[in-house]
Amino acid sequence: MGYVAIKGGEDAIAHAAQLVEFYRQRSGTTPIGIDQIGGQFRLLADKVMGEASLYAPEHAALVIKQNEGDVFESAFMLRAYRATLQRRYYSQTLNTREMTVRRRISSAFREIPGGQILGPTRDYTQRLLDSALVRENLGDIEGFLASFDGRLDRTALKTPPATLPKVIDLLTAQGLLREVEAPESERRLVDVTREAIKFPAPRSASLQMLARAETGGLMALAYSAQRGFGSTHATVGELRVGDVPLRVRDPRGRVRTLGRLRLTEAEMISKIQVRKKDPVPYLSLGYGLCFGQNETKGICMGILDRAMRTGGDAPCQSQEFVLYHTEGIESYGFTNHLKLPHYVTFQSGLTNLRQAVERKDRQRGNLGFGMAPTAGAAAPVTPAVPTPGPASS
Amino acid sequence: MITATKFARTYNFGFIDETTKKEIRRKLLKAVAIPGYQVPYSSPEMPIARGWGTGGLHASLSLIGPDDVFKIIDQGSDASVNACNLRDFVKRMTGVRTTYDTAEATLIQTRHRLPEEILTEKQIIVFQVPQPEPLRRVERYEARTRQMHAEADYAKMWVSLYESYVKFGAIMNGAGYPVRVNGRYIMTPSPIPRWDVPNLSMGRCLHVFSAGREKRIHCVPPWTKVEPLEFEDVKFRVEEFRDVVCSASGGDRAFMDEIYESETSRKWVINDSNFLDKVRTGARPAQRLFANPPA
Amino acid sequence: MRDETQPGWLLKVRGLTKIYGDPVSTSVQYTGPKFSTNICPETDAIVACAEIDFELWPGEVLGVVGESGSGKSTLVQLLYFDHPATSGEVYFRPVDGGRTNLLTLSNARKRQLRNTALGMVYQNPRDGLNFSFSAGGNIAEKLIMAGEMNVGRMRQRGSYLLDRTEVPVARMDQSPQSFSGGMQQRVQISKAIANNPPLLFLDEVTSGLDVSVQARVLDLIRQLQRELGVAMIVVSHDLAVIRMLTDRTLVMKNGRIVEAGLTDQILQDPQHAYTQLLVSSLL
Repeated sequence: MGYVAIKGGEDAIAHAAQLVEFYRQRSGTTPIGIDQIGGQFRLLADKVMGEASLYAPEHAALVIKQNEGDVFESAFMLRAYRATLQRRYYSQTLNTREMTVRRRISSAFREIPGGQILGPTRDYTQRLLDSALVRENLGDIEGFLASFDGRLDRTALKTPPATLPKVIDLLTAQGLLREVEAPESERRLVDVTREAIKFPAPRSASLQMLARAETGGLMALAYSAQRGFGSTHATVGELRVGDVPLRVRDPRGRVRTLGRLRLTEAEMISKIQVRKKDPVPYLSLGYGLCFGQNETKGICMGILDRAMRTGGDAPCQSQEFVLYHTEGIESYGFTNHLKLPHYVTFQSGLTNLRQAVERKDRQRGNLGFGMAPTAGAAAPVTPAVPTPGPASS
Repeated sequence: MITATKFARTYNFGFIDETTKKEIRRKLLKAVAIPGYQVPYSSPEMPIARGWGTGGLHASLSLIGPDDVFKIIDQGSDASVNACNLRDFVKRMTGVRTTYDTAEATLIQTRHRLPEEILTEKQIIVFQVPQPEPLRRVERYEARTRQMHAEADYAKMWVSLYESYVKFGAIMNGAGYPVRVNGRYIMTPSPIPRWDVPNLSMGRCLHVFSAGREKRIHCVPPWTKVEPLEFEDVKFRVEEFRDVVCSASGGDRAFMDEIYESETSRKWVINDSNFLDKVRTGARPAQRLFANPPA
Repeated sequence: MRDETQPGWLLKVRGLTKIYGDPVSTSVQYTGPKFSTNICPETDAIVACAEIDFELWPGEVLGVVGESGSGKSTLVQLLYFDHPATSGEVYFRPVDGGRTNLLTLSNARKRQLRNTALGMVYQNPRDGLNFSFSAGGNIAEKLIMAGEMNVGRMRQRGSYLLDRTEVPVARMDQSPQSFSGGMQQRVQISKAIANNPPLLFLDEVTSGLDVSVQARVLDLIRQLQRELGVAMIVVSHDLAVIRMLTDRTLVMKNGRIVEAGLTDQILQDPQHAYTQLLVSSLL
């Protein structure tokens, strides 16, 4: 019988889950280790951590393995895991000036105090396939690491790398970097994981949501800003990737260092008008900060942070548009929810449609169903004696 | 280095931590106190995707106790795949008894249908809501719709109903027909068919509506007036299944599913699966039926 | 001169002021026609209009004339609650017998007033009409907000109004998007008078229309005014429009009233230098 088809749902989903496991394992190849994913796919793990809003590199590797590399599922699973964790502390404010810099550039100036440090980046490589990697084995890796180690100048390594001054400090010292005064309500500190966001949202909420947003979504909207759907023309004031100490205050009031976080920070500079009277186009910041090495995300965060505070009617300038639609876990869920059965909803619409068709057919047969004409009717209705509106005074 | 303890954990009863449960309960109380008003809440992430029932789970898991009997349906069916997954989750996280029997359940979670059988003061029903804002179709910005509700400025909504009538000869809202609650707030009853809407009014049970992704909760308490939006001369009507009889039970006067076995053969079956089971045994659980006004 | 203590006025305005930006105590003092500027020299705040005083009698048509930046549009936008005023008092007979300052009313009350006792026709039809609704729907909006809940009556009233303003009734269910400029204005007029309000604002309603179309719209407005006996405030930079429609006129410059009086007198014998300039420019 037809209706029996929908019973047996429990069996169906159990079988689907088993099939997924089968697909994950059917190649019969050597199981990938968490350490391998974390070690050799670190950028993927960084992206997942950022979108999950949870700094946990090994857990990120686990979810990537569990979900066969599906980045949306991985970020979702890790974010859901985060929601089960107990909050023990609020950290002290992170100071990125303390960053042990691994990579640090500025597009605004040719030379900067401390120098332009390219660090680990593929930006200046040619994207050509390297077929040698097909046959890479553990021996090759060990050999490379040994030879790399041999080329290091150990005397230079003795002194730990100094922390570097910030490029924006140069501009602030010269009085060129200004900020538009934000009203009190804008500066409120909000925790978006504890309360639902309402608009207009304060900057703390905005930046939090950008920090945990889906990278591709941010990229699309930031790109639109660059292409004329918005008026943001930004320069990279400073882009840093490195490790920042994380500190908390323990129950006895002592400040303790828990470890270091690998972070990417982007300070994007653009021209703004600070006050009407002032014709000087000062510079101001758009800020981006995210987990791991994810430069695209940092830069796009900075572009959108600025765009949303500029106002205007381009999509990237609307706080509601940007924040709602770059929330990866929510957009992933809702776009995919269309796969759920909607047959009752659909049925409701079908009955309306069928009745409308019936009415139209009836109308074709005889004019009018009692009401004034729809567009294109044969003859306009003679206006009746005017019905006065409600008494006005 | 991953050690076994790093990943070993047990979950709190009902999965959600107690502090968050308390916050959700406070918001539920506020929603009960202001019928039809959307209360923002924290809406923590769940291991179920957004848009697939996280809001419903938030409400259910904050309300559920060890002695509850839990029922969950999707489009009227207990055996529907997503309902099975959510039932499994609730069971794992609470150990409560689950049931397909509407009368036996104390807490019911539903996606887009109200059971045909009348619910009593011993029961709470939780609706999964995709879009809690009834004005979203006429106003895209949350900042403005919030103000419209605060000032009871519902002009745009009424005109959209007028336009629908003018274009199609009827108000074309199918499922999710907008209603006025307690004479004040306009609310969406979630995408339940029009068939179910009149049963929200002056009911005996508490109706909870929870939208996880949009982070809003709203309620219709027992004995509260819920009026579908209509004009004096263009009235609310429920779906009609004229001359249609359930091919599995011979019953009628319930919301029907259209089933196609082949391209040419179509038949109808009562949608509410538990109600259907009962009708097939000869029982006829108590219902409230709405009579459409004369055409 | 009218005796302003007589209770016959419909609308009384005192000290109405709108300033954009950062005002200081001297902003109003150092702007206006004497300084030929609206812009506060200290903070760049814009004094769109200030110290506006006048009365309007029932059924009277008051003109407000001036050039760009005179503040004439701001004035009616403040009275229609499109923007919040900075300061001032506005009294309206239908509200509490004229004893309550409208600017102190709640948003809900202001909206109710807009829907039932006021009407506005904008220069740009997009400001007064919702193009995602049909012409009839736009009129229905006004009726619904005044409490009408019967679709049949709404459509009857809508057909009547469109017909009266010479819009083909057969187009009642189309969006004004596809209408000509003149027709869009006439739909706006229908909407504005839908609830027979005692007071109507017309803000440059014919600027931007072809001359022949202008004449038709102005003629319609004149007929409706006589038929309905509605009081109007007509804003225009065009003295010909003022001459055709109004009984009395206010002349504005840099946000202030520089001259007020009977329209005929102002046109024949302008007193203020600026009014003289305007009148002499009249072709």
